[in-house]
Amino acid sequence: MTPRITFAVAARVLGQLRRDHRTVAMLIVLPALLVSLMWWMFTDSPATFDRVGGPLLAVFPSIIMFIVTSVATLRERSTGTLSRLFTMPMAKLDFLLGYALAFALIAVVQALVVVSIALYALDLDIQGAAWQLGVVAVLDGVLGTALGLFASAFAATEFQAVQMMPAVMIPQILLCGLLVPRDQLPGVLKAVSDVLPLSYAVDAVAGVARGNGFGEGAGSDALVVTAFILAALGLGAATLKRRTA
Amino acid sequence: MMKNAVTCRDVVVVRGGREILHGVGFDLAAGTVTGLLGPSGCGKTTLIRSIVGLQARVTGDVEVLGLPAGAPKLRGRIGYVTQEPSVYRDLTVTENLRFFAAVLGVPSSDVDRVIDAVDLRSHADVQVGQLSGGQESRASLAAALLGTPELLVLDEPTVGLDPVLRRDLWELFHRLAADGATLLVSSHVMDEASRCDRLLLMRDGDLLADDTPQGLLDSVGTVDIEQAFLTLIDRKAGAQR
Repeated sequence: MTPRITFAVAARVLGQLRRDHRTVAMLIVLPALLVSLMWWMFTDSPATFDRVGGPLLAVFPSIIMFIVTSVATLRERSTGTLSRLFTMPMAKLDFLLGYALAFALIAVVQALVVVSIALYALDLDIQGAAWQLGVVAVLDGVLGTALGLFASAFAATEFQAVQMMPAVMIPQILLCGLLVPRDQLPGVLKAVSDVLPLSYAVDAVAGVARGNGFGEGAGSDALVVTAFILAALGLGAATLKRRTA
Repeated sequence: MMKNAVTCRDVVVVRGGREILHGVGFDLAAGTVTGLLGPSGCGKTTLIRSIVGLQARVTGDVEVLGLPAGAPKLRGRIGYVTQEPSVYRDLTVTENLRFFAAVLGVPSSDVDRVIDAVDLRSHADVQVGQLSGGQESRASLAAALLGTPELLVLDEPTVGLDPVLRRDLWELFHRLAADGATLLVSSHVMDEASRCDRLLLMRDGDLLADDTPQGLLDSVGTVDIEQAFLTLIDRKAGAQR
């Protein structure tokens, strides 16, 4: 791995995004719009919004990042740029980390926007610190990025890649505790939810919202999310093949 | 003694259960321009991908610059141009080349050199997606020239270019060879054959001929390469009957 190359990939991805206004708008504005929609739906029961609003700050950014990044390596495969890069001194992890870094930066902006709007415009009531909510929201965006990069190493075409979203993300959304608290799930499903990354992403946000700061549980959930991010990137690099049929 | 930049022996490639290359063998002498000619689908791209180390399920020996093909130490010493222009369409020519220069670790002054080499100075700041097909493939070629690689493997680099540009590019290829680089240039256009130092004629995953253009014409007894190609196919069919 070479930092020079990792940063070159990250700078290039950001350079491409700079020209792609629609994608940037999707990444930055859409999570905030969706949270606002939820707020509107629950106008008459603000307590419900306070309960689901926090977890949604984890769910929306990670889904959106997942979709965008899951086609990223496929795009490079189909245009031949990945082949060219593989004849250059670029490690597979340079490539994935470069993408992760670029989208992590987007995730920071995304989290700033969505958390600010949720807390200050929509009056989402949380007990914990706003900055901790922000940190967890960034982590959740990066989690979506890393899972998307991992999934895209498996898909052979962009067509297959977009199908990964319902396959990989929807089960996690159902089991993450947003619809049914995880400790009320049937035993088997509870066990499944215990190994899914989004469960910890939602637990971390919910923990901060309940007032359990990083010192009291939310911190260890955030660490688990970080471990999932690193594992997804490592496995993605292992799955990405230089030699293909 | 002339050193070989590429040595292939009994190269067999299987893709999707079908054998694409049936035991191909040849040498590329350092500092030469070799044309890899044959119809579309004959295995040219598969052979090229085996040489640059991107093809899976290759058996036989492929040695590149004294190392097994795909060896990590070869990365950056080979310039590879895929059939599709492998550049980012949403970046300008200069932005693309700066990125690849950074990956290769070559100074950004090299970017100006390669832009001039492919005659894209006037379009250096245009997004690749807005270029014509010929300009786009020249941008892709420019990226392969970065860092002055010892081996250049070019998959159909002159498709869609006008005759003047094609002539200029072939002059560039020979200048690069004169400076010590080895070039393997694939084409399905037979009239590019006369521009090569040496020819590899391929059909259906087999090498039909490995000779100089003149040597090929003399041995087959024809006046043009296309005719020589057809004669060789007929002879092979006759021999198999």
